[in-house]
Amino acid sequence: MSNVQPIKSPVEHARNPGMAFDADVIDGLRVNRSAAERRTATLGARRSVKKEYQAAWLLKAVQCIDLTTLAGDDTPGRVRRLCAKARRPVRADLLEAMGVSGITTGAVCVYHNMVETAVEALAGTAIPVAAVSTGFPAGLSPLSTRLKEIELSVAAGAREIDIVIDRGHILTGNHKAVYEEMKLFRAACGSAHVKAIIGAGDLGTLTNVAKASMVCMMAGADFIKTSTGKEPTNATLPFALIMTRMIRAYGEMTGTRIGFKPAGGISTAKDALGYQIVMKEELGRPWLEPDLFRLGASSLLTDIERQLEHYVTGHYSAAHRHPMG
Amino acid sequence: MSVASVLQSMDYGLAPEASGPAEAWLKMHDATFGHFFDGAWVKGAKHFDSINPATGKKLANIAEASAADVDAAVTAARAAQPGWAKLGGHGRARFLYALARLVQKHARLFAVLETMDNGKPIRESRDIDIPLVARHFYHHAGWAQLIESEFADHEPLGVVGQVIPWNFPLLMLAWKIAPALAAGNAVVLKPAEDTSLTALLFAEICQEAKLPNGVVNIVTGAGETGRAVIEHPGIDKIAFTGSTEVGRLIRIATAGTGKKLTLELGGKSPFIVFDDADLDAAVEGAVDAIWFNQGQVCCAGSRLLVQEGVAGKLYAKLRARMEHLRVGDPLDKNTDIGAIVSPKQRAQIEGLVKQGVAEGATLFQPKAICPEGCFYPPTLLSNVEPASTLAQTEIFGPVLVSMTFRTPAEAVQLANNTRYGLAASIWSENINVALDLAPKIKAGVVWVNCTNQFDASAGFGGYRESGFGREGGREGMFEYLRRKHTAKPQKSAEPAPALSPVEIDGIDRTAKLYIGGKQTRPDSGYSRAVLDPKGELIAQVGEGNRKDIRNAVEAAAKAESWAATTGHARAQILYYCAENLSARASEFAARIRCMTGASAAAARREVEVSIRRLFTYAAWADKLDGAIHDPPLRGVVLAMNEPLGVTGLACPDEAPLLGLISLMAPAIAMGNRVVVVPSESHPLAATDFYQVLETSDVPAGVVNIVTGARDSLALTLAEHANVDALWYFGPRAGVAAIEKASAADLKQTWTGDIHQVPWLDTSEGEGRHFLRHATQVKNIWIPYGA
Repeated sequence: MSNVQPIKSPVEHARNPGMAFDADVIDGLRVNRSAAERRTATLGARRSVKKEYQAAWLLKAVQCIDLTTLAGDDTPGRVRRLCAKARRPVRADLLEAMGVSGITTGAVCVYHNMVETAVEALAGTAIPVAAVSTGFPAGLSPLSTRLKEIELSVAAGAREIDIVIDRGHILTGNHKAVYEEMKLFRAACGSAHVKAIIGAGDLGTLTNVAKASMVCMMAGADFIKTSTGKEPTNATLPFALIMTRMIRAYGEMTGTRIGFKPAGGISTAKDALGYQIVMKEELGRPWLEPDLFRLGASSLLTDIERQLEHYVTGHYSAAHRHPMG
Repeated sequence: MSVASVLQSMDYGLAPEASGPAEAWLKMHDATFGHFFDGAWVKGAKHFDSINPATGKKLANIAEASAADVDAAVTAARAAQPGWAKLGGHGRARFLYALARLVQKHARLFAVLETMDNGKPIRESRDIDIPLVARHFYHHAGWAQLIESEFADHEPLGVVGQVIPWNFPLLMLAWKIAPALAAGNAVVLKPAEDTSLTALLFAEICQEAKLPNGVVNIVTGAGETGRAVIEHPGIDKIAFTGSTEVGRLIRIATAGTGKKLTLELGGKSPFIVFDDADLDAAVEGAVDAIWFNQGQVCCAGSRLLVQEGVAGKLYAKLRARMEHLRVGDPLDKNTDIGAIVSPKQRAQIEGLVKQGVAEGATLFQPKAICPEGCFYPPTLLSNVEPASTLAQTEIFGPVLVSMTFRTPAEAVQLANNTRYGLAASIWSENINVALDLAPKIKAGVVWVNCTNQFDASAGFGGYRESGFGREGGREGMFEYLRRKHTAKPQKSAEPAPALSPVEIDGIDRTAKLYIGGKQTRPDSGYSRAVLDPKGELIAQVGEGNRKDIRNAVEAAAKAESWAATTGHARAQILYYCAENLSARASEFAARIRCMTGASAAAARREVEVSIRRLFTYAAWADKLDGAIHDPPLRGVVLAMNEPLGVTGLACPDEAPLLGLISLMAPAIAMGNRVVVVPSESHPLAATDFYQVLETSDVPAGVVNIVTGARDSLALTLAEHANVDALWYFGPRAGVAAIEKASAADLKQTWTGDIHQVPWLDTSEGEGRHFLRHATQVKNIWIPYGA
């Protein structure tokens, strides 16, 4: 049995120090939507993982899941159940059959009020708690409130903060304002890692997706994230393609590695593989690990468990055979 | 491999497509195939091997058709064709629809068989080739259904001989067979010797569809079999896709036979990247342009032209992308680049790359391992200059050569600095730049921010030595139809003796030539006599020679701006010509009478119809609209009617004025510049016309007229590399000579279908069919998306 190491924390690579705001870089970004869609439409057909390869890729996806609950009816009991699932995301007998152990999800992602509960429930594991913050999901609370929210979540034990940017600034071309706010968010996070949610589905064009991604990285984001899960369109492969290409471009400029997190609407094992293939093809092998890749999801895990059981037994599985989170 | 170890490596592993069903199909035939004649299999006498290039293993024995076999196939086709034509559009549509459905039903078998036979990745045969095949049959089922209404006054050609290449075996079969059948022709098709299998499986689905016997006949074999098809006298049209070299031989072999011909040949297509392009998208485009089908694509974007300021950045992105390309087992779903079709092709690619490096190109190939055998790694050669061999020669492999440009104008110059003209790809986010360039590039297909897009609704075909004719769309249907009319052979002109200048009727009016807007003396210094029907000398005209043609072509080439002159302005000039001709109508009528002995009424009528005809083409000048095709894509495909360029016009002997006007007017109305060789025996209508041209604001060089011996002057035009097309309305012997000569640069020729045109008739002597010959369709693909 091979014990699969849990998430490396702190991350191996240096955090993103950010860079000076460079309007020329932002203005020079070009995205051709049809070409992006053609790439993502064919990518899934260009790469295929079968049998033990598929099982391994799906286990890797589990390790990258930010297991999430962000609902108005969240209670401590609900969050504890989720954390228990994060500790043991896949049935032990299935893991044993596949010859692996030590699999946990990448993180648990909750609202600020649930951070303490989650931290307690995950005590003794390396699983970080991520808190959505800064007036999630719209990001339109007063700046001082947004900064205070980050500080409180970090104080409560959140090791990762998922902030939201003010999409209005992107839509009006005020990239500098996004940069300034993002810098303040990053500073407020202290040692906690910061994921910048650009709200891609609100931005109207892929060019705006590219610009928002770039400006957040310039201001020091450790991760860029597609969506809150509350926009009319959540994560899509074209968003992922453009954001990963921006990560590549930022890496070429600065040498810094930035992580990527698609979130919202990712509910099938096939969806997860689609994003993993984008990561491997556009960025490379390191971006398949949880320090550089997360999947924001809630129901995804159940589908992956069913696929893994099918791999182990050869029979199609059912949701009720897997413990709920 | 254990799950735990894959968790470390995160490799893709193998994802092979099962070859079992295809192997079972081969076994069912004992891996030995005959020919498909008259709806049945006929055993072959001799066989050759079909090899899987990825494994080197033999797949099947393929019959080698002899000339007698080809003759049997043509006989079957000949017998079947009238019934097939009589079936009518709807009857044929039902069969084409059935073929489309059957291709889809057997899609995976076709895809796997294609990949085994050709070496292309299964992803491509499965997701691109076979779906396009089905689409082609569906689309042409539609043309069959609509043929009586959309192609009224047209009829099928008869039996069509089709010779197709090995790079897209089944897709090229579909491109050939679907339109031919829709139009009511029967076909004899020869697949390439390296890749016959899917054509043989297609023969089976013809049986399954209960296609009438003899409508589709498949003969297999190599070059000799192809030659037997091309030279068979019972064939009315040849459609060929393949190398420019073979295309040239076919042009020569069919010269003067009256066989209609379309050629889809080689290319060295430019892939132009501007500094304002989405460079990541352009890199992915390059993958689709040159690493699709191992680069064995006639329209492959094989010449990367990149704006100098972003060249370094683009090359770095390309190199990084190339590291992700997977070369290997074509049946593996993770393979991007499969096997080269044969060891011979592989050796040719390798040799050319070596030569490129020897000439100073910088070679890049990714570190990833390329398997042993018939495989070649993706290759980027930078620092290639236009003067390098690799910038001009078609490599037909996964090899991209690159060079830089500074301005849009220079990009156009470099793009057009080739003998070919099949396709081009333009990458810029600036719509002004992209749409300004598209018409300036000499290519039949232009892809804006995309590449290698194909659809049955949009014509495909080349300019220059990439061939002529279009496949797909309405324009493709015309290639398999002819106008209904009754044929009468044309008379040849009596040769006139050359004389030294003689004084006639008081003041000497020796007509000169008309070149570059000026009346100029013939280079020879000789004149030729113009006689009346009784043999009396009426005047003399210049004896034009090769050099006069050279000068006239030069003048026509210089008058390039005529193509960009608005249709409105061209119409004004044609109306003005008509006005000025009308003012001198009685003078022209008298001249016609004097030359031809026509009655006064007939002569007046010829002038009247000439004036009307100028009006007709003045009217058309701003009305031959292009089209917007509707392929399955978010975007538009603009089908633009473009002039051919410099066009030679060898006029008929009869109707000395009307013959000239009937050819000149549609040509210049569409933006061509012309070099006219007027009626040899009655040239004075043309020389008198100089003054009409001079007084009607026709810009210098747009119309040039060289009098003299028509056939030898036409031959010079046919051989001239700067003449883009030649219309020849002379006798059959002359047709053979000029068609043969045109093979040198594969220029388009139109010989009036060897029927004498009743020039006075307004349905035969003018109209859209003249305009179609005066233009060529360029399809510009513009996907969009905010």
